[in-house]
This record gives sequence, structure tokens and C-alpha cells, in this order.
Amino acid sequence: MTFDWQAAWGAAPALLRGLATALQAAALGYVIALVLGLGFALLRRSGRRWVRLPVAFFVEFVRSTPLLVQLFFLFFVLPTVGIELSAMATGAIGLGVHYATYTSEVYRAGIDGVPAGQWEAAKALSLSRGRTWTRVVLPQAVPRVVPALGNYAIALFKDTPQLTVITIAEVLSVVKAVGSQNFQYLELITVAGVLYLITALVIAWPVRVLERRYRRESA
Amino acid sequence: MSTGLWLRLLDGLLVTLELTVFGAAIGLVFAFAAGLARLSPNRVLRGVALAYTEGFRGLPALVVLFWLVFALPGLGLQLEPLFAGVLALSLNIGAYGAEVVRGAVVSVPTAQLEAATALNFTPWQRMRLVVLPQALVAMVPPFGNLLVELLKATALVSLVYLQDLTFQGQIVRAATGDTAATFAGLLVGYGVIALVLTRLVKLVERRAAASLGHTTRPRAVEGAR
Amino acid sequence: MTAELIAFDRVGKRFGDAVVLDDLSFGVGAGERVTLIGPSGSGKTTILRMLMTLTRPDSGTITVAGEPLFHEKRGDALVPAGEQHLRAMRRHTTMVFQQYNLFPNMRVLRNVTEAPVHVLGLSADEAEERARGLLDMVGLADRLDAYPSQLSGGQQQRVAIARALAMRPDVLLLDEVTSALDPELAAEVLDVLRDVARTFDVTMLCVTHAMKFARDVSDRVLMFNEGRIIESAPPDELFDAPKHDRTRQFLRSVIEES
Repeated sequence: MTFDWQAAWGAAPALLRGLATALQAAALGYVIALVLGLGFALLRRSGRRWVRLPVAFFVEFVRSTPLLVQLFFLFFVLPTVGIELSAMATGAIGLGVHYATYTSEVYRAGIDGVPAGQWEAAKALSLSRGRTWTRVVLPQAVPRVVPALGNYAIALFKDTPQLTVITIAEVLSVVKAVGSQNFQYLELITVAGVLYLITALVIAWPVRVLERRYRRESA
Repeated sequence: MSTGLWLRLLDGLLVTLELTVFGAAIGLVFAFAAGLARLSPNRVLRGVALAYTEGFRGLPALVVLFWLVFALPGLGLQLEPLFAGVLALSLNIGAYGAEVVRGAVVSVPTAQLEAATALNFTPWQRMRLVVLPQALVAMVPPFGNLLVELLKATALVSLVYLQDLTFQGQIVRAATGDTAATFAGLLVGYGVIALVLTRLVKLVERRAAASLGHTTRPRAVEGAR
Repeated sequence: MTAELIAFDRVGKRFGDAVVLDDLSFGVGAGERVTLIGPSGSGKTTILRMLMTLTRPDSGTITVAGEPLFHEKRGDALVPAGEQHLRAMRRHTTMVFQQYNLFPNMRVLRNVTEAPVHVLGLSADEAEERARGLLDMVGLADRLDAYPSQLSGGQQQRVAIARALAMRPDVLLLDEVTSALDPELAAEVLDVLRDVARTFDVTMLCVTHAMKFARDVSDRVLMFNEGRIIESAPPDELFDAPKHDRTRQFLRSVIEES
């Protein structure tokens, strides 16, 4: 049996539509991960134990369990408690919450990297707590961690094929739908793999550029 | 819930653990082969290793798994399902592990190599006696993170009909109709396995630190995600 | 001068725009103790690093025991030396570093036995006997099972000296071996080195700011400035009656500092 280029070419438009859907889910999920992760990071620095500990537990728990099962949970359990969301919204939330547990660690490292002297200087100037965070700490902490955050954008995108289990029409769903008619799985999955690889490399490119720039600045 | 269903979950747990252990073992081989090849003076070796690490860090594990299970038969090669699962997982985790190996080796100070040169060790002796024993210590914490990533990734095999914990969970859900409890139970199960793995890694970490005479944690290395 | 063990012939080295060694020529006789002094950046450490094959010269030749260090004969031509030749040449020489550079993954005893076993081919017993003797000499017979991270800087440096001597080198290179140490710890290391100078028939090249030590042990002091030797004399002469202005100025600044 040989590779059937015709079949691969014929499936390309459908696969690209699947890729667009995957990118949409990834983008939504990433926004959630960026915002929620910062929230987690800040809550884990709270002075109140009853805030800090549950958040820490939730973050550790979500980070050490499979995204796939989390997606099942959200998709099948949320409706039973009266929360009706579209598949896309469910997928974005699943990806977003899962990766928020990673980005929160990145933010945490960034915040810990701000020298103690900066906090002391803010205190010496009697800046309020809010102002210290928004004007002094975060502006120093966030730029430094942009490359690390970017790496999670790639990782998150690479988890989008799992959205096939909650009926989102991303690339693997297309592969399964088309393949069930023509059985040309070899061609379909190979082309899908190439699409993922190219997209991941395209997302990785600005991240690598930033990484190199930061490394040069810190050298 | 009937005893039969509990036994199913137990079977699934064993498959998940098998995938994790074998995936880690073979993944380590890929990680060391590719990580050390990245540092080789041989350009061909370096190129192959770079293509492997960049390629498999750009490919979703699920797509690799689908390719091995559903596409490869199109080329006339049918793999044993469990083997396909282990191979897909270890190829994926090995690519990340290679970065850990490379980073750890590079993090050993040049001064150590110079001291080894001053004692007239051969290049291979410098690597074996001086660099690797120190690099190994630095690899343990990031490898621990990757081990948990691997455990999580094993759930993907349920989508190619391998009967792991997640697969059996679906059967239990269908049989009992209790969706919320089943998936919550599955998540807790994975959480507990991850916790046990993390504890084991901590023990290894402490042993590793002791091999440098430290009683506290050694410096960590970047590279693991 | 008698048959020279080490000879530099018009050796040059630049790092970027900076000239580190400027057409430098000098020799060291077998068994001679030579101290290299001068301001930082004047090329002293580079000379030791070249002798240890850690840095290659840009031009000129270095000869050790009559053989070119960085070149080997292939037919009639001299070609850049390969790893084999460098390994053969390194048998003559070993080095003690400013930052000790003990192997953190080995206990004290193994730091000293490792190279004799793997490089010189000694049996484990022979190597251990040799190591125990040397560690006793440097005053660390009771710390054989310690890891380097559990020792003070001075203790680590004394282990490093034992580790170097275990290779029975013809040439011992000492690169600012007390610069990273507090005065008290430095003194214990210098005492050990005085012992070494008395009891071992080894050629020593020593870069140091410890002038009293230099006066005690060396046969000759070389004053470096901007990649050249500007003055070379026995220690009493060079320290008590320096001929060169730059030497006087340098010695004054060193005394001021200590």
C-alpha cells in the first residue's frame, strides 16, 4: 500500500477548518489561563491560610490529573448541575483552567524574582498595597516570564486534539469523520500531524526570539 | 457498585501503571540518547537529535498515538496496542527529557572539566566520572515533573481502546450511570497516583543530593515544562 | 641556565582586542620554583592555563621536556597536536585552581584516588595508600569520608593539593590558590605548600599575591606587566631592590592592601 497524495490533498480543506477551530479553542483557553493563572498566583500569596491552602490544593490537584478526564468531567457533569455551556466554551474552560495551574507557577516565579528591596522601597514611599502590585511588582515580574508563558501557549495548543472527545470539530474529529468514509487514515493522520507540527513551530517562533532576547539581556 | 466493576478499575489501574513505568523507562533511553547526541561533536548526530526533540515537542502525543495505531497499519505494520501506547508516550516524554539531560550536562561548571583535564582524564572519563554524576543530580527534580506529565498522558490511550484506568472508568460510568461520581473518582485516583510518584521522586532527590554531600535540595535545572 | 624543562618561545595571545601575552619568551629549569607576580590581566594565569593545555596560544611555541606542547611531528612537519599528544604531554603537569574545583560527587579520599586509578592505572590499594599519605601530609587524615561541600575552603584547597601531588607531576601549577580564602585559611594552605616545596622535588610555577610566601619558597620571581616580563630576579633582589618603576609601584600597592 502506498501513500495516496490525492486523498491527502482532498482532505486538506476540511483539515484546515478543523485547525481553525482548534486555534480558536486554544486562543480562548489561553486567555483564560493567563488571567486565571495570575489570580491563582496572587491568591497563593494571600496572608489568609483559608484562602492560600484551598487554592494551592486545587492548583496541585488539577495539575497532576489528566486533562482528558477533566474535559469529560466538565462536559458530562456541568449540565447535570444546571450549567449548560457550548462544547467550545467547555473546551476553552477545560484547557484554560488546566493551563492556569501551570501559568500560576510561572507568575509565582516571576513575582519571587522581584528583589525584596523593591517591596521595601514601595513601603518606604508609603505606596498602597494595590499600587505596589500594579505599579511596582507586576510590571517587573511579568515581562521576565513572557517566554515561559509562551511555551505554555504551545503546550496548550498541542492538547487541543483531546477536544475531540467533547464533540468539538477540531482536526482529529475531521480525521475520524473523513476516515470513517474512505478509510485513508494513513494519509489523513499524517497530514494532520504535519499541520500540528507547522502550527506549533509557527507559535514557537516568536517565543524562541523572546527567549533569546531575554537571555542576552540577562547575560 | 459490583465487585466486577471494582476489578475492572483495578485492571485499568495496572495498565495505567504499566504504561507509566515502561513509558518512563523507554523515555529515559530516548532522553539520554537524544540529550547527549545534542552535545556531540558529530554534526549528523546533533542534527538527528535536534529533529527528534523539536519534532516530538511540536507533535501532540495523541496524534502520535493515532498515527501508530491507525495510520501505521496502512503501511502494513500492526503494532501490539500496549506497545504502541508505550512507544507513543515515551517518544513524546523522551523529547522533553532530552532537554533536561542537555540542560543538566551543560549546567556542570566548566571548572569541573578543567580540573578533570588537569588530572589528565580522557574526554570520556571526564563525562563518565565527573560530569554525568553531577548532572544526574540536577536531572532528578525536572524528571519528577515529567513523570507526572507522563502519568497524565497515559489517559490518552483510552481513546485507542487500550483498557487503562480512564477506559475502565468509562465502562463503570456506563454501567452505573453515575457520571459525576465516576469522573470525580477517576480524578482523585490519578491525583493519588501522582502524589505517590511525587513522594518517590522526593526520596530519590534526597538520595541524589546526599551523593554530593548535601542535606538540602540541589539546584534545579530548567528545561522541563 | 641549565637544561630547561619549560620554554616559552615568542608566545602571543589575544582575547579580542586585549593583548594578553606579547611575544613572550622565558624558560624554567627542572626543579626550579618560580613565582609570577604582576597586576591582574597581565597574563600570569594565562601562562599556567596554557601549560595545562586549557588555553591555546595564538602564536609561538611552548616546549615541555624538550617536546612542543601544542604541536606534534607528523613526518617532518609540525602539525597542531591532537588529543593523544596533549594527553601524553599532560602527564608532566598538573594544576591547583583558585576555586579548588574538587569533584563534589566524590568523597575526599576518592577525589585523590580517582585519577591515579583511572589515568595512571594504579590498583585501588596502591592509590589509596598514596592518597592516605598525602592527605595526612596536608592535615586531613581525619576527613577522608567527607564530601567537599562539608569542608572549609582551606580544607578543600588542601585536598586539591593532595589530589594534584597524587599524580606525581614534574610540574605543579598553582593558580592564585589562596585568593578565594580568608587570611587565616590562606595561611594554613600556604604552610602546606611550604611543606610541599621542602619535601617534593617538583618544578613549581606559582601565581600569587602572597609576597611573603613567594619570598620563602621561590628561586626566582617574574614581574609581569601587559603581557611581558619586565623584571626577573631572585626574590630577595626583586622585593628589596626592584629595578623597574612599575615593579616598585606594584609592590607598594600590594603591601598597602595587606
